[in-house]
Amino acid sequence: MLDYLKSNRREMIAALVLIVLLAVYLGTHPRGASTYVMTIWANQCLILGLAACAQFFAVVVRGIDLSVGAVMALSNCVASYLLDGSAFGIAIGMVAVVVVGALCGLINGLVVVYGRIQPIVATLATASIFVGIALLLRPTPGGAVNYDLADAMTLDVLGIPTAMVIAGVAVIGFWLPFRRTGLGLGLYALGSSEQAAFQSGINTKFIRLAAFTLAGLFGGLAGLFYSFVTTTGDAGIAASFTLNSIAAVVLGGVLLRGGVGSLIGALAGAFILKTIAALMFFSGIPSLAQPLFEGLILAAAIAIGGADVLRARNKLEAFS
Amino acid sequence: MVAQMSDMKNPLLEMRGISKHFGATKALDGVDFVCNPGEVHAVLGENGAGKSTLMKLIAGVLQPTHGQICIDGKAVFLNSPKAALSHGLVCMFQELSLVPDLTVRENLLLGAPGAGIGWLRSEALAKAQDVLARIEGKSIKMGARVADLTLPQRQQVEIAKAMMKRPRLLILDEATSALGASVVERVFDLVREERDNGTAILFISHRFHEVEALADRISVFRNGQRVETFMTGDHDYTEIINMMVGQKIEELFPAKTPAQPDAEIVLDVQNYSWDGRLRDINLRVRRGQIVGLGGLDGQGQSMFLMGLFGLLRQAEGTTAIAGQPTRIGSPKQAKQQAIALAYIPEDRKTEGLILDQGIQENLELAAIGRADLDATDPALYAASLEQLALKHGGLDQPVASLSGGNQQKVVLAKWLALKPRCLLLADPTRGIDVKTKTQIYAILRQLADQGTAIVLLSTDYEELIQLCDETHVFFDGQVVASLADGDLTAENIIAASLNLDAKSRAAHA
Amino acid sequence: MLRGLSLDSLMPYFGVVLLIIGGSFFFPQVLSADYLTQQLQIAAFLGFLATGATVVILLGHIDLSVPWILTGAAILSTALVGTGNPFLSAIAVPAALVFGALIGIVNGIGVAILRIPSMVWTLAVNSMLLGLAVLNTGGFNPKGEASALMKTMASGDILGLPVSFLIWIALCIVLAWFLTRTPFGRYLRSIGFNEKATFLSGVSTPSVVFAAFAIAGMCSALGGVMLAGYANQAYQSMGDPFLLPTIAAVVIGGTSILGGRGGLFGTIGGALFITLLTSILSVMQIEDAWRNIIFGTIILVMLLFQTLRKGDTA
Repeated sequence: MLDYLKSNRREMIAALVLIVLLAVYLGTHPRGASTYVMTIWANQCLILGLAACAQFFAVVVRGIDLSVGAVMALSNCVASYLLDGSAFGIAIGMVAVVVVGALCGLINGLVVVYGRIQPIVATLATASIFVGIALLLRPTPGGAVNYDLADAMTLDVLGIPTAMVIAGVAVIGFWLPFRRTGLGLGLYALGSSEQAAFQSGINTKFIRLAAFTLAGLFGGLAGLFYSFVTTTGDAGIAASFTLNSIAAVVLGGVLLRGGVGSLIGALAGAFILKTIAALMFFSGIPSLAQPLFEGLILAAAIAIGGADVLRARNKLEAFS
Repeated sequence: MVAQMSDMKNPLLEMRGISKHFGATKALDGVDFVCNPGEVHAVLGENGAGKSTLMKLIAGVLQPTHGQICIDGKAVFLNSPKAALSHGLVCMFQELSLVPDLTVRENLLLGAPGAGIGWLRSEALAKAQDVLARIEGKSIKMGARVADLTLPQRQQVEIAKAMMKRPRLLILDEATSALGASVVERVFDLVREERDNGTAILFISHRFHEVEALADRISVFRNGQRVETFMTGDHDYTEIINMMVGQKIEELFPAKTPAQPDAEIVLDVQNYSWDGRLRDINLRVRRGQIVGLGGLDGQGQSMFLMGLFGLLRQAEGTTAIAGQPTRIGSPKQAKQQAIALAYIPEDRKTEGLILDQGIQENLELAAIGRADLDATDPALYAASLEQLALKHGGLDQPVASLSGGNQQKVVLAKWLALKPRCLLLADPTRGIDVKTKTQIYAILRQLADQGTAIVLLSTDYEELIQLCDETHVFFDGQVVASLADGDLTAENIIAASLNLDAKSRAAHA
Repeated sequence: MLRGLSLDSLMPYFGVVLLIIGGSFFFPQVLSADYLTQQLQIAAFLGFLATGATVVILLGHIDLSVPWILTGAAILSTALVGTGNPFLSAIAVPAALVFGALIGIVNGIGVAILRIPSMVWTLAVNSMLLGLAVLNTGGFNPKGEASALMKTMASGDILGLPVSFLIWIALCIVLAWFLTRTPFGRYLRSIGFNEKATFLSGVSTPSVVFAAFAIAGMCSALGGVMLAGYANQAYQSMGDPFLLPTIAAVVIGGTSILGGRGGLFGTIGGALFITLLTSILSVMQIEDAWRNIIFGTIILVMLLFQTLRKGDTA
C-alpha cells in the first residue's frame, strides 16, 4: 500500500488539492452543496477533463497534441447534426461523433509516425485543417441536440451529477483495466524509454499510433459531452481548450517528458483548474482581478512542481 | 563434405559473412560465427571489438550491412527485437532494457512471452519470481518502480525477465557486471541448468575468471573480426589477452616516467564530503603526476570527479589549486585561467560532444568562453589533433559520423586547447579501439611529462597499474585503499574494490 | 553565411514565388507594386514575432507568451501616448521594449532555473499577462492612441519600401550577426542540440536562456508596438491570432522545433510565405473554412517535404 501511495504520489497530491478546493467551493457557494450546484460544476469540469484525457494520451508517449480543441470543435459540429431524431439514429450518431474524433487522432498519429514530423508542429497543422472542416459544417454556431438526451447526460442520477458518473466510468470501466493491458503499459514504456521499449520487443510505431488515436477518441468524447452541455455546434471553441488541456495534465502530475502520470491525474488536474475558476466567481475577489489570480495560481502550482530541481544536489540532474 | 556437415550437431545460430558499418566505421567486418545448442559460448574482446554489435544483430536491434543470419539452418531476417524473440533469441542487454518509470511487475508483464497489446496475463510472473528467488532477488518488491532499484537489483530483474521468455538462445552481455560474487554463482547455476536443457548461451564478460568458470567454448574478437574460436582451456590467460589486444599488453602503454615526489601540488582536496554519498576524501595531485581513481562502478569515484569540476552542490571540504584555496562552483569557473581544470566526461556522446555539429565547432566550444584565448585560432588544436592522429574528412564533418575513438580525440583536443594545469578524465577509453587507446595513453604520458597534473578514473585495471603513479580505490563513497609503486597490482585493486579487508574483518568481529 | 542557405530555408521562397505566379493567374493585381509592398508591410508584423520565436526555438524551447507580450506592449505604449504628456509619449516605444525584455526574463527564470518545460511556463506567463491586462483595462478596449513615431514605423515608407519591412530586415541582419558571429549565437545552437554537453564545456547556460527569451520578448513587444501603430489603438486579444502562424513561419523556414538547426533567413521566407498565403486566400474570397483547411494542408505538405526528403539519405 505504501508503495502504491509512493508511486502514485502526484495523483494523490492532485486529488487532495481537488478535495480541499471543492470543499471550499461548496462552503462558500451561496446555494451550498446542492445537486444543482454540483451538476453545473461537474459538467464544466468534465468537458475540460475529457480534453485533458485526450492530451494525456499524447503526452504520456512524450508527444503533445495541439489539436485537442480542434478535434473537440469538429466532433461538436458533427454532433450538432447527428444527435437529433430517432433513438436509434442518435445512438449511431453518438458513435459516429466519437469515431470522427478517433479518425482525427489517427491522422495525427500517421503524420507523426510515418511523416516523422514533431508532434507539436504536426498537430498544429492538422488543428487548422480540423477547425476548417468544423467551419464548413457550422460557419456560425447552430444545430440542435436532442433535449432529453442532453438533460440525461448533464443532470444527475440519484442526486449524483451524471458527469461524475461518466468520469467514474471512464476511470473504473476504462482506465483501470486498460492500465493492465499490453497497450496500456506500452504507452508508458514508450514514453519512459523508447530504447528499452523497443528492445523489449514492443512495436513502438503501433503504440504511438494508438496513443494519438486514443487522444483523438477522447477529444471526440469531449466534443460530444460539450454538445450535451451547450446543445449547439460551434466551430470556434478550439483555442482555449487546447491550452487548458495542457495546463490540466501538468497540474494533474503528468510529466511532459512522458512515461509518468495517469488518466486519473489528468482528470483531477482539469477538475482543479475548473474549480479554481468557479471559486473565483464566488470568492469576492473583484471580477476584473479574477483572470490574474487564475494565472497566478496556475503559475504557482507549476512552479512548485519545478522547485524539486532546486533541491537536486548534482547539477547534471537538471538536464535529464 | 555434405556428409561431414550432417554428422555434426546442427548449429542453432549461424552467421555468415556478417558486416556492420556505421558510416565510415566498420564495427563488424566479414564475420562468420556459429553457436550450438547446449553450449556456453563466451565472446571475448576489447571494448570496441564488435562484441556488442554482434549481439545487437542477433537480438534484432540492428540489421547487418552485409551477410546472412541462419537459425536452424534457415536464413532469417531479424528486423526488430520482436522478430528475434519470435525465434527464441533473447538478449539481456548491457544497457538495461527495463522501463524506468514502470514497476518491476509491469516490466515483467511487458516482457512476458506472448505479451501483445491485449490483456496481460500474470501466469508468466510465477516463472520470473521463481528465477528471482533463486538468484537472491526475493527482496525485490514487485510493486517497486525500476528507477528506484539499485543497479544490481535491476540486473537481477533483467535476468529474470530474460529467463521468463524461455529462450532457445540466451545472450548475457555483461549481465552480471554489478552483481556480488554469491549472486553471480547462483546465476551461473541457473545458466548451466538452461544449457543442460539444450539452450545455447552466448556469454560476454570482462571478468576472466567468470568466463573460465562458465564457458565451454571461447571466441575472441578484435577490431570487428573474429580472431579465433577454441575450447576453454586451450589457451591461457596471457595468450587470450594477447589475442584480444593484438600485441603484448606492456607494449600498449608508454614507459612510466618516475614522478618527482617534491613537485608542486597542483590540486589538493581535503575532507571532501557530499550528500552522504561521498565521505572524507583526500586527494593530492602534483605536477607531472597521474593519479588513478578505481573501484567498481558507482562507488562514488565518478561523483567525486564531477565534484572537482564544480558540478555538485553543497559539497564540504577544502580545495586548493596550486596552493590557492578555491571554491569551484561551475564548469565555467573551473575552466578559467586562474583554475584551469578540464573534465573529460564519461559519456562522450551526451556529455562531451554536440553530435550534430562539426568537428571545428565542437573543438571551439570550450575555448570560446576564455577571454585570453582566440577560439578560432587553428594553432590551439593543431598540435593535439596531430598527435592524436584524428582521422576526418574535413573539420566541418559532423562528429556524429566519427568512430568512437575519433570522437574521444575531439573531446580531448577541445580541452587540451585550454592548456589545463589539471586534467580530469572519466574513463576516457571506454568502448574505444586499441589503437586509439595507445594514442590516448601516449598523449597523457606526454602531458604529464610536460607538467600537467592528471586524474584518471578508470574501470580498466591495466590502465591504473600501467599509467598511474598512485591509485585511490573507492568503495561506498570512500577511498578504501591508496596504492602506489609495488602495491599497485591487479590483485590489490580487485581486493580493495570489493572491500575484502573490511568484510573479512567484520566477519571475524 | 552560405551555410544558412540550406534547401529547407529556401523552400518558403520557392513557395512565395509559386504563390505570386499562381495568384496572378486569378488576380492580375497580385503582381502590382502596391499589392506586393503592402504584403511586405504586413509580413513585417508577423516577421517580428517569428524572428524572436526563431531565437527561442533554436535554443530548443518555445515561447507561448507571444500573444500577451504583444498585446501588453501595445496597451502600454498606446496608454503612455494617450496621457498626452510629451515625455511619456516619447518613451512609449522604449518602455514597451523594456516590458518585453522583462517578461522574457521571467520566462527565462522558469525555464532555466526552475527547469519547467517552456511550453508550460510560457503558457502560464501568458495567462498572468492576460490577467494583468484585464485588471488594468477593466476588460474594455484600452484607451489611448499611437504616437506619430509608432504610426510611421507601422505605415510609413522610404523610397517606396515600407518602414516596417525595413526595420524588420535591419533587425534580422543585426540578430543574424549575433547568431553567427558571437559566442552567444554559438552557445544558443549548442544548447539547442545538447544543453548538458554545452554546460559541461564551461558555458553558463542559464544566462544564454535568459538572453534568448529576453530578445524574443523584445521582438514580440516590437510587433505589438507596430500593430498598435497600424491600428492606432490597442485591443484585447489582438495577439491571439498570431501565435500559431508565428510558429508555422519558423518551422516552414527550416528551423527545427527540436532546436539547434535553422536560422533567420528561412524565417523571413516563412513569414513572407504565410502572410502572402493568407492574403491571397482572402483576396480570392475563399471562405474561412477552406482557408483553414488549405493553410493547414500546405504547412503539412511543406513539413513532410522537409522530413521525407531527408529520409532518403538517413
